[in-house]
Amino acid sequence: MRRVGVFVCHCGSNIAGTVDVERVAKEACKFPNVVFATDYKYMCSEPGQQVIKDAIKEHNLDRVVVASCSPRMHEPTFRRCLESAGMNPYLFEMANIREHCSWVHPDKEKGTVKAIDLVRKAAAKVVKDEPLQKSSIGITKRALVIGGGIAGIQVALDIADAGFPVTIVEKEPTIGGRMAQIDKTFPTLDCSACILTPKMVDASQHPNIEILSYSEVEKVEGYVGNFNITIRKKARSVDMSKCTGCGTCWEKCPTKVDSEFDMGLGKRKAIYTPFPQAVPNKPVIDRIHCTKFKNGKCGICQKFCPTGAVDFEQQDELITEKYGAIVVSTGFNQFDHSVYGEYGYGKYPDVITGLHFERLINASGPTMGKIKRPSDHKIPETVVFVKCVGSRDEAKGKSYCSRTCCMYTAKHATLVHEKIPGSKSYIFYMDVRTPGKGYEEFYKRTAEEYEAQYIRGRVSKIYQKGDKLMVRGEDSLIGRPVEIEADMVVLANAMVAREDAGDLARTLGISYDKDNFFTEAHPKLRPVETHTAGVFLAGACQGPKDIPDSVAQAGAAASKAIGLLSKTQMESDAIVSNVDESRCSGCMICKGICPYKAIDAKIITERIGGKMAERQVAEVNKSLCQGCGACTVACRAGCLNLLGFTNEQILAEVEAVCL
Amino acid sequence: MKYAYYPGCSLHSTGIEYDMSSQLVAGKLGVELKEIPDWNCCGASAGHTTNHLLGLALPARNLAIAEKEGLDVMAPCASCYNRMKTSEVAVKSSQETKARVAEVTEMEYEGKVGVKSALEVFVKDAGLDTIKSLTVKNLGGMKIAAYYGCLLVRPVGIGFDDPENPMTMDDMVTALGGEAVDWPFKTECCGASLPTAREKVGLKLVYDILTIAQSVGAEAVVTACPLCFMNLDMRQNDLNKKVDNANFHLPIFYFTELMAIAFGEKPAKAGVGKHFVDTSSVLAKYNLK
Amino acid sequence: MQPINLTSASAAGKDFVEKVRKASGVDVKACYQCGKCSAGCPVAFAMDYTPRQVMRMLQLGLTEEVLKSHSIWLCAQCETCSARCPRKLEPAKVMEALRIEAKKAGFETEDEIATFNEKFLRSVASNGRVFEAGLVIGFNLATVRPFKDAGVAPSMLANGKLKLLPHKIKGRDAVRRMFEKAEKMEGEHK
Ligand SMILES: Cc1cc2nc3c(=O)[nH]c(=O)nc-3n(C[C@H](O)[C@H](O)[C@H](O)COP(=O)(O)OP(=O)(O)OC[C@H]3O[C@@H](n4cnc5c(N)ncnc54)[C@H](O)[C@@H]3O)c2cc1C
Ligand code: SF4
Ligand code: SF4
Ligand code: SF4
Ligand code: SF4
Repeated sequence: MRRVGVFVCHCGSNIAGTVDVERVAKEACKFPNVVFATDYKYMCSEPGQQVIKDAIKEHNLDRVVVASCSPRMHEPTFRRCLESAGMNPYLFEMANIREHCSWVHPDKEKGTVKAIDLVRKAAAKVVKDEPLQKSSIGITKRALVIGGGIAGIQVALDIADAGFPVTIVEKEPTIGGRMAQIDKTFPTLDCSACILTPKMVDASQHPNIEILSYSEVEKVEGYVGNFNITIRKKARSVDMSKCTGCGTCWEKCPTKVDSEFDMGLGKRKAIYTPFPQAVPNKPVIDRIHCTKFKNGKCGICQKFCPTGAVDFEQQDELITEKYGAIVVSTGFNQFDHSVYGEYGYGKYPDVITGLHFERLINASGPTMGKIKRPSDHKIPETVVFVKCVGSRDEAKGKSYCSRTCCMYTAKHATLVHEKIPGSKSYIFYMDVRTPGKGYEEFYKRTAEEYEAQYIRGRVSKIYQKGDKLMVRGEDSLIGRPVEIEADMVVLANAMVAREDAGDLARTLGISYDKDNFFTEAHPKLRPVETHTAGVFLAGACQGPKDIPDSVAQAGAAASKAIGLLSKTQMESDAIVSNVDESRCSGCMICKGICPYKAIDAKIITERIGGKMAERQVAEVNKSLCQGCGACTVACRAGCLNLLGFTNEQILAEVEAVCL
Repeated sequence: MKYAYYPGCSLHSTGIEYDMSSQLVAGKLGVELKEIPDWNCCGASAGHTTNHLLGLALPARNLAIAEKEGLDVMAPCASCYNRMKTSEVAVKSSQETKARVAEVTEMEYEGKVGVKSALEVFVKDAGLDTIKSLTVKNLGGMKIAAYYGCLLVRPVGIGFDDPENPMTMDDMVTALGGEAVDWPFKTECCGASLPTAREKVGLKLVYDILTIAQSVGAEAVVTACPLCFMNLDMRQNDLNKKVDNANFHLPIFYFTELMAIAFGEKPAKAGVGKHFVDTSSVLAKYNLK
Repeated sequence: MQPINLTSASAAGKDFVEKVRKASGVDVKACYQCGKCSAGCPVAFAMDYTPRQVMRMLQLGLTEEVLKSHSIWLCAQCETCSARCPRKLEPAKVMEALRIEAKKAGFETEDEIATFNEKFLRSVASNGRVFEAGLVIGFNLATVRPFKDAGVAPSMLANGKLKLLPHKIKGRDAVRRMFEKAEKMEGEHK
């Protein structure tokens, strides 16, 4: 005879509002083995937990049921409560009478009846619960950072400073990300390169940081604490150990290609580094455009390289390494505005994006920092900015607000005023969103001191008329259509997820939202974790973000990773699969099913008919098993059971409700 | 190919050139046109902005007659096309609407046949290769602005071409040996429903369209709608009188007229002599008379 | 300017917003007032309220002012607004619905346009098709402008573009019945 205690929570009025909690407790007393039942306002609170502890002592309880909310949040709370009362924490069940009951049923009578059923079910199962023990495993004390923008660099520096080795895998030839393309940064207008490049150099010189540029993550195996990662180092065609970064090769290379870094406004060579301060400052050959790769001729770079570093034969290389934690910081892309027919489908050369503008205004950019329009290199006098392009637009773009564009557009208008005397800026906006420290003040200055004319309305058409761009909008504050003859138009395109974000998410086993941004474990309380243990998020890959927010989030992600890596051992959950060896035939169907590769074959010796014989059976690695239960349904003999959810326990629940 | 032909009120009156040239082009392309017997007016915008149900029912009666004959409809007029398409989509997507429309028309229209614009039938379906192969008199590089008007490519998501920058007619111009100029007012509204009632408003729209067409060097404008045509062709004289510095002499053509001419027909046979704005000099310039 | 009493206006406007939604399929509450519709509208320059303002006034419950506006009559039904609205709303359909409601309520602020439409439809109802010469003459007489557009008439007659007599279709009785039925059914509907 078991001694079960039942505790029914009001959750304020969350449950008590639509469920008669007192009646539930009273009914629970009548269930088999239940020796005590009560209700309380907040079961999870300190005094609520004390009620449980006291009852365990007073009534000599050996099983506990709490009828409250979803186990997602508070199962660990109540397990700890049992533990501190001297019980095994797994002799416990939760009945979810909030999400499954009070929140979804408006009818109090029906809700109460259902709550009673749910408690009956839990009480039937708890009787069958057995004490379980957690196991523990070692940890690989090393972190992997995917994406070397400002967020990734910050994560790597923080983890490395804490004493753990870090690898940055960056798919481009250099780290730096978007911030390297930006000229000045709001709200202080300090030069982006001046604050970024020291960090890039710090990362490259840090004894704990390894940078694998021009590389990508190919495969992820293992689990938190012990990931096995396969990385593809793409063929650079340059031997990194020989190259000194002298620059002879790209000076001599005769092939000119549109520079991605300069948004196509400038040129680079076929052997190149994206920008002068690149880290590592060693070139790659763009095999698609290189003449040698196209038709076997040329090879000039190889001829001139003083160290013989150019290697046309180089192949992609796959390496596999172990890591304990992963931080994803792959950043964002700019929305492609060529879907806007009304803005010319991206075919007007002088209708550019924010990132184009950053390159135009940058002293080391294609125009040496002179704002010239791409079509005829004239200096524009009238510049129109259009905000929310692709943002807040369900019809052709994204429903969300991109958060940074209000500020960077203000920055751009300021810079136009500073760099082009006598110029005039117009900014079409729907709202001006400046929720950051010093941001509102910056916006105010843009409008007042830098004389940018803000116009509230969304632009409906941009078209070329002679050498002017006609911009049509409505000034919605006076309710009249307006028209501007502009020399250049800058679109504040939305921040969108990287085009390969979905693929990477599937490789890592993390989730992503409808817009392909990676999803955090909880929007408020676990903003840098994912649902996959040991994988964290930093920067704009999780959603649009500016630099201060990306850096802050990077620090948070790093501290989570450091917390994980500082442990010597890691506890794994006790709810794992278990093999009944006496009945296992060793068919190993389960092995192929397990997504975590936790099942392997082993040979056991047993006495059959007086003789010793060897036989193959399945074995579950308790630290690899995540308790998903897939194997238990695959086993034809039914000899796999998930501890805590055995067939016997489940059937007891079914009987309690159905019979 | 055989279509039920819906000329609409315009093609029997102000848009007579469109009718004449469409018949010629159909003949050349081997498209058989059978006029819908005893068709009625689609109601145009007056119909659906006065009574929603009537706006659906008037075109549905014609569709129902065509359905009886088992033929898809070809409607050259953009406004008729837009009204018929709206009716077709409404009947196809709602059982209730279908029943209400049937009650008004006293005829069954099941949505088995649909409507196409002349541009779809003569250019998209026929194919540019066929058009090229039938061309005997090259347009000789005449600079032409293709003007689609607002209704032909709308409602968005239902039309047969891009709502902001359609290309069907441009491609046709190129296939006939003309030069389709790229210009931004291809789908700007000309206010066809306005000039008669609110002259000033409508005139401004026409003025803007013609100005932009001229500024990109167009020697002619080609349209696929009798209302657009009337507006752009007939109002030039008006504009020249009423607006300072206005001096428009921009020939307007139906796309079918250009096709017929390029296919070797005499311009007069295609109705080209009936325009308000003189077309003879531009045709002479390119040896197309 | 008199302040608008929003407490009473919004309450009174609620049903009308719902009526517009039923008739047009457009939920005007979803409009976030970006003005893209008005910026692209070819006739906004001539309107008393831009299409965006029409949406706003509906949101606030200024029903009568909307129904008395010129805008709903000037709308050319070109659907540019609907094609570009970032919230996938269709102001053109709202304009259509409002014009019908205005007629019902007896507000025909743009009486020339209303008269033209009426003459147009009367011509369809009696002949089955539009009789353009009759329409233009009838319209100009009704609006006391007998000679407007008259200058072009002779050449049009010569070119076969204007007919002196209407073409009457055989099914004109059926068409007339359609007008009667549609009017009756739309009146009962909603
Ligand atoms: C026009 C413009 C102006 C801006 N101006 C400012 C400003 O003035 N102030 C401000 O605070 N913010 C500004 N921002 C915002 C700023 O750019 C971002 O906040 C910042 O770049 C986010 O950093 P990140 O590291 O998260 O992403 P990113 O900068 O995008 O870096 C991500 C890195 O990951 C790499 N990567 C991507 N996918 C993979 C993969 N699969 N494997 C390996 N590596 C990968 C990328 O190559 C890149 O190096 C601006 C943004 C724009 C568009
Ligand atoms: S020339 Fe050789 S050493 Fe110099 S940058 Fe090029 S590859 Fe490196
Ligand atoms: S930050 Fe500003 S410009 Fe960018 S989407 Fe949001 S409101 Fe629009
Ligand atoms: S475009 Fe759409 S959302 Fe914007 S004001 Fe017009 S109706 Fe409202
Ligand atoms: S449909 Fe009417 S409101 Fe909309 S853009 Fe055209 S004229 Fe303006």
